Amino acid sequence: MTMREKIEEAAARYPDQRSAIMPALLIAQQEHGYLPGPVLEEVADILGIERIWVYELATFYTLFHTEPVGMFHLQLCDNVSCMLCGSEDLLDHLETVLEIRKGDTTPDGLFTLSTVECLGACEMAPVMQVGDDYHAHLDVTRINALLDRLRAIAGAASVERASARVPWE
Amino acid sequence: MFEPVLLKNIDVADSHLVSTYEAGGGYQALAKALREYTPDEVIDLVKRSNLRGRGGAGFPTGMKWGFVPKRAGKPTYLCCNADEGEPGTFKDRIITERDPHQLIEGLAVSAYAIGAETAYVYIRGEYVTAIRRLEQAIAEAHAQGYLGKRILGSDFNFAVHIHCGAGAYICGEETAMLESLEGKRAQPRLKPPFPAVAGLYASPTVINNVETLACVPHIVMRGSDWFRGIGPDKSPGPKLYCLSGQVRKPGLYELPMGIPLRELVEEHAGGALPGRKIKAVIPGGVSAPVIPEHGLEVRMDFDSLAAAGSMLGSAGVIVIDDRTCMVKVATRIVEFFHHESCGKCTPCREGLNWVVKVLRRVEGGDGAPGDLDQLEMLCKGIFGNTFCALGDGAAMGLRAALAHFRDEFVAHIEERRCPFH
Repeated sequence: MTMREKIEEAAARYPDQRSAIMPALLIAQQEHGYLPGPVLEEVADILGIERIWVYELATFYTLFHTEPVGMFHLQLCDNVSCMLCGSEDLLDHLETVLEIRKGDTTPDGLFTLSTVECLGACEMAPVMQVGDDYHAHLDVTRINALLDRLRAIAGAASVERASARVPWE
Repeated sequence: MFEPVLLKNIDVADSHLVSTYEAGGGYQALAKALREYTPDEVIDLVKRSNLRGRGGAGFPTGMKWGFVPKRAGKPTYLCCNADEGEPGTFKDRIITERDPHQLIEGLAVSAYAIGAETAYVYIRGEYVTAIRRLEQAIAEAHAQGYLGKRILGSDFNFAVHIHCGAGAYICGEETAMLESLEGKRAQPRLKPPFPAVAGLYASPTVINNVETLACVPHIVMRGSDWFRGIGPDKSPGPKLYCLSGQVRKPGLYELPMGIPLRELVEEHAGGALPGRKIKAVIPGGVSAPVIPEHGLEVRMDFDSLAAAGSMLGSAGVIVIDDRTCMVKVATRIVEFFHHESCGKCTPCREGLNWVVKVLRRVEGGDGAPGDLDQLEMLCKGIFGNTFCALGDGAAMGLRAALAHFRDEFVAHIEERRCPFH
């Protein structure tokens, strides 16, 4: 299915096309990796609605990215339960081994590092979300093993593919 | 002997499949409701059970259903609140991931009662596994005739759609959720009108939490007397408690409403970590005022916790031990509310920004003697002066920390450092 077809299918669930903006943005972000201006305008055009309505949602909700993110977005929870179980130290460790600060992307485009509010998995704290997956009960050893796995998954060719899917840069 | 019902399936192999759910007696409540009860009789049953909403506010569910007008001339909608953004809370994720048909059956029975043919499950976008499982479960339920047209041979038609959130805590507030479902920024609406009269697309709308809906099939099968016989009369029924933080056995526990907090933390969740002592417990997610160790005899129900100056909220129980700085905990809590403020009203948007700045100063050892008075003044300016309860949650949490652990705040200011570092 094309992006347009997926969005139109999602929009059929609602009596008002405006309700379909969030599902449409999730589909578009899945397709393009992030949501630059031309993508937001395309979403508005597909739904036949005001562009400003799409812009206001894309900038309000934290899961939508209007700037590019790395191939792997490391989203470390640092809310209370994870903080009590050591997420601060894990953030320090990630900043050290990736040689970036929170909010930045590694120069090779592989990792973006963020902290996020509660992931709703407090029983498994500390927790980090990478893509669709939660990684639980983290410590330095598990973080290192995870980074090694992600690097292995990526490989040089995959990084090139990840960059190639973003035609807006 | 208390018998868990809400979590009875979750450790069964393939608990998310319809075949597993049916093997455990699933969808019999839907069949019974359609066969034996009129919609009004289901509402009466739920009213008599005294089920109070499990999302945080504890409003009586049957009464909420009873507010829906019978002949509004518009469709009635049912919305399931699965946004679950309250730090410390993960119960709805576990139900949706591991027993999604329990939720679907609850939705179907509830929709039948209020006369809705469409439901939207508003689920937070981070819950990818739960979303996939629920999508699969909806397809299975359709295939089995539990959703769709003329369900189980009755005149009842019902469809369930998933609507993914995108990372805004405020969407858990019911009117902000409706704004979000309508494709707008999630900001709370002024009430009245209440959603039961003018909710989604200005139509009558009921919004219930996942856990609330999961209770409904059990009430239909076992009766209102069974439900009311569990726990205190004014807050009855089984309850899901989320245990996290510095405790030996974090996890999700199903126990009667009204269990003492100390029993929950020390017996069921194993108590403090080795060599540590419990200093305080947050009983209902970070909106709920913290309770110091000497207050742990309080019972975990809406009224007992309110009388103790806290609240049951989402029953997200966060355990804090004696190695932890309460100024740091309080700062992190207010930082959360500040980050998640939708920006609609000034006391919350501006006030929390100010509070965070003062707290960070105090925590970092740069606090001034008047800072604690200033924090009290700011809490007074925020509490009760906002559209929704987000600002109240921040103010209540901070006030409790200041009241119970003032010595730690004072030590930061006087010693010009954190005494825990």
